[in-house]
Amino acid sequence: MMSLTSMRIAILVFPGSNCDRDMMVAIERLTGRRPSLVWHKESSLDTIDLAIIPGGFSFGDYLRCGALAARAPVIDAVLDHAARGGAVMGVCNGFQVLLETGLLPGVLVQNAGLKYICRNVTVDVCDTIDSPFTQNLETGTRLTMPVAHNEGNYFASEDELARLNDNGQIAFRYKDGPAHGPANPNGSSLNIAGIVSANGRVMGMMPHPERAISPELGGSDGATFLQGCLEALAS
Amino acid sequence: MSEPEMTFKNAASMGLSEDEWGLILKRLKRTPNLCELGIFSAMWSEHCSYKSSKKWLKTLPVDGPQVIEGPGENAGAVDIGDGLAAIFKIESHNHPSYIEPYQGAATGVGGILRDVFTMGARPMALLNALRFGAADHEKTKHLLGGVVSGIGGYGNCIGIPTVGGEVNFDASYNGNILVNAMAVGLANSDRIFRSAATGPGNPVIYVGAKTGRDGIHGATMASAEFSDETESKRPTVQVGDPFTGKLLMEACLELMASDSVLSIQDMGAAGLTSSSVEMASKGGLGMEIDLDLVPAREEGMSAYELMLSESQERMLMVLKPDATQTAREIFDKWDLDFMPIGQVTETGRLVLLKDGVTACDIPLDPLVDDAPEYDRPQAEFVPHPVIESNTITSGAPISNILMQLLGTVDLASRRWIYEQYDSQVMADTLQGPGGDAGLIRVHGSQRGLAMSTDCTPRYVEADPRTGGAQAVAESYRNICAVGARPLAITNNLNFGNPEKPEIMTQMAQSVVGMGEAALALDTPVVSGNVSLYNETDGRAIRPCPVVGMVGVIDDIANAVRIAPTASGQTLMVIGQDKSCNDGWLGASLYARHLAGEPQAAPPPVRLDSERRTGEFLQAQIGAGNIIAAHDVSDGGLAVTIAEMCMAAGLGATIASPDGGNAHGWAFGEDQGRYVIATDNAEALIDAAKTAGVSICVLGMISATDELKFGEGDAISVVKMKTSVEATIPALMNG
Repeated sequence: MMSLTSMRIAILVFPGSNCDRDMMVAIERLTGRRPSLVWHKESSLDTIDLAIIPGGFSFGDYLRCGALAARAPVIDAVLDHAARGGAVMGVCNGFQVLLETGLLPGVLVQNAGLKYICRNVTVDVCDTIDSPFTQNLETGTRLTMPVAHNEGNYFASEDELARLNDNGQIAFRYKDGPAHGPANPNGSSLNIAGIVSANGRVMGMMPHPERAISPELGGSDGATFLQGCLEALAS
Repeated sequence: MSEPEMTFKNAASMGLSEDEWGLILKRLKRTPNLCELGIFSAMWSEHCSYKSSKKWLKTLPVDGPQVIEGPGENAGAVDIGDGLAAIFKIESHNHPSYIEPYQGAATGVGGILRDVFTMGARPMALLNALRFGAADHEKTKHLLGGVVSGIGGYGNCIGIPTVGGEVNFDASYNGNILVNAMAVGLANSDRIFRSAATGPGNPVIYVGAKTGRDGIHGATMASAEFSDETESKRPTVQVGDPFTGKLLMEACLELMASDSVLSIQDMGAAGLTSSSVEMASKGGLGMEIDLDLVPAREEGMSAYELMLSESQERMLMVLKPDATQTAREIFDKWDLDFMPIGQVTETGRLVLLKDGVTACDIPLDPLVDDAPEYDRPQAEFVPHPVIESNTITSGAPISNILMQLLGTVDLASRRWIYEQYDSQVMADTLQGPGGDAGLIRVHGSQRGLAMSTDCTPRYVEADPRTGGAQAVAESYRNICAVGARPLAITNNLNFGNPEKPEIMTQMAQSVVGMGEAALALDTPVVSGNVSLYNETDGRAIRPCPVVGMVGVIDDIANAVRIAPTASGQTLMVIGQDKSCNDGWLGASLYARHLAGEPQAAPPPVRLDSERRTGEFLQAQIGAGNIIAAHDVSDGGLAVTIAEMCMAAGLGATIASPDGGNAHGWAFGEDQGRYVIATDNAEALIDAAKTAGVSICVLGMISATDELKFGEGDAISVVKMKTSVEATIPALMNG
């Protein structure tokens, strides 16, 4: 097993990314090593152990969220990395981008309440296929992390949803927790908050783990989740 | 293309008076052309020239050892230690937000962010102060929905957390809502950028978005009353593009780090006009601009349109002569326009070229120095009577009244609003909206910045001088209540038409009160904004001089919030002693909702004890003697205690005093008080005695669902919470 310090992690940066620094801070805190920030105009990636697409508004998202970002030069390099079985994680806008690239199935449409929503939610860790993103979390673990989005309402065809469910690709579902408000903040099908690819190597999620890394910021479940991912990828 | 010769009629249509028109002719010694007249009218608009308020603004205290930059620049700057400066300002976008709520509010946020990053600061937090009409007014739902969505739309996208604010409702805002946005940023104290142009011959660079025909003459629109034709002013509202705003912010901060910028000014109100005039005149120089080089979004724009457009996300800067290439590369990286459009000159004149000929050639001095300044007449202020509690109170149980007040929109939870704002991006938010003050960590340190926006218009209306002081004092309390040390303020003076003597009294006297409080509390005014003519068909808003305050806490581990944490903790009130068995109900929420809001004097503000109490609280929070603190404001002690119980999800047993007036005691809005929860009541009582601060025990937190004010007078905490959470969703979904 390699040490966390020797992990090579790249965070993609689009001009409208705004959680890139937060993710960098969270990862550096957990690994002791600052991940590299890779500008969207780059067309290649160094050999990496994990690519992260952070939250934000990649290109303003005036079109479909993530649609322009999915066509940026750096995405070709991410697709190559994923094709080699490389790990990719997308958070919030990063999840939207992953759907637009086709690395994950389904779409994220506007929240059922038709409003942007920023608040803590609780997710339940599901019984998932073998995946570095969930293997260190017990099924049924509750994690409280914030969401902050306008388009987080996961939607897919009935067949696709059944397939995700049967394959164990649903990683997180919204669940009642200590936070105020309904468990499912956005109307997602099957209460989906995060999914993994069929091979378990690509994950997309709406909650922001990088914002929940210490008690004074309102909780550290995000750190628990990220730590688990990093250790699994390092082993 | 020849244009007709300008007359007073043209000047009047741009909001200039006959005297002002005469002054232009005298200074120019000729008739201005359309472009020149447009420039004069914009620079002499109330919005840009502060002609009605300047006399009074000059009386505000602006100095102190903590002040790095006072009023006059894009934003104020104060020293927060460790070589860092907090840079902040508040600004109104009232008129445009009424006409087009989403874009008006969004561009308000964009504009205030530009003011802050123009100074070289990375914006860290946003706040706002909003006023809407009566909750049941036909337009309120549409306006509230649009404004909140617009504030979120800009702030969320650009990635700056909205950590605080205040929202209130009153019929006087039915036709004129208030949308004031505040931004707080951080910069190294020795790397603050200013706007004065330097070095004749240096290139003047236009960066950012292209110029279009939007927002033309917005500053003039914002300097007039509304009427039935207001709808026709929609084209004067600018359109925001937060994505371009983000690019501009990142590009400017990257450029500033490269040591290329000599001076910089954002294009806000009056666009290219105010930026070029202010940069040149502050530098005591001139400027020459070739308008054909200005990146335009539309073809065939005239000199007038280019100069008066308020298209968003644009900056003007003067670069070091050898830095142009570096700068261009940075702006190319961010895919933004970068265009040298002119140069600094020694002439003291603004010279504009268009289609190869001179479109404008005017001296700068008259534009700035001769801008009119009025000492407008005030009406005599007639104090309202002080009313006795027993003239308006009943014998109803406290819990009944409490439930009624909590059911009003005034005390409703603002969750429906603030959950539409990203309050956590940047991952340094220690306390977002819903507490006394927003609190953010200074990234990578133990230091924190606390911030709050406040004003109580019904106090200001009842007594402008007291109300002006109260706005400062309440902000001060909110900062102290989290354990931070107040540093300085920014203000946003929202009033009606200053040409009416009674409105002028409101403005002048509230500024006097604000100045007295700012001086006594050592929170000088470092930036601000004035919004006048908030009137529709002759009816003015309730006066609303908003204060935005920033404070610092040296160790965020010491900060406290409003929620007690366990049963058995003692609730005490600081700033009141145990002999108190009545309270000040004049101009209170109680009087508003239960007594028909009789004309009455507001509670007095005692600045000496205010400061003594605030410093005592800061010290005791720092010493770890206080678990939770909440300032007493609208609704008095009972509402303050109820809010603490709701935040904690715990009950409390309160001993209401014998005799006196129970409603006065519970709902009186006497100033300078905080309710705190502690495990060290004895130590606090001793310390308060030494400090000369009043204090008394109210009761105790209990592990129940009941807030009790004595036998048979109790209310369920869950029931209160359900009520306060339901009001605004019901209003918006109804």
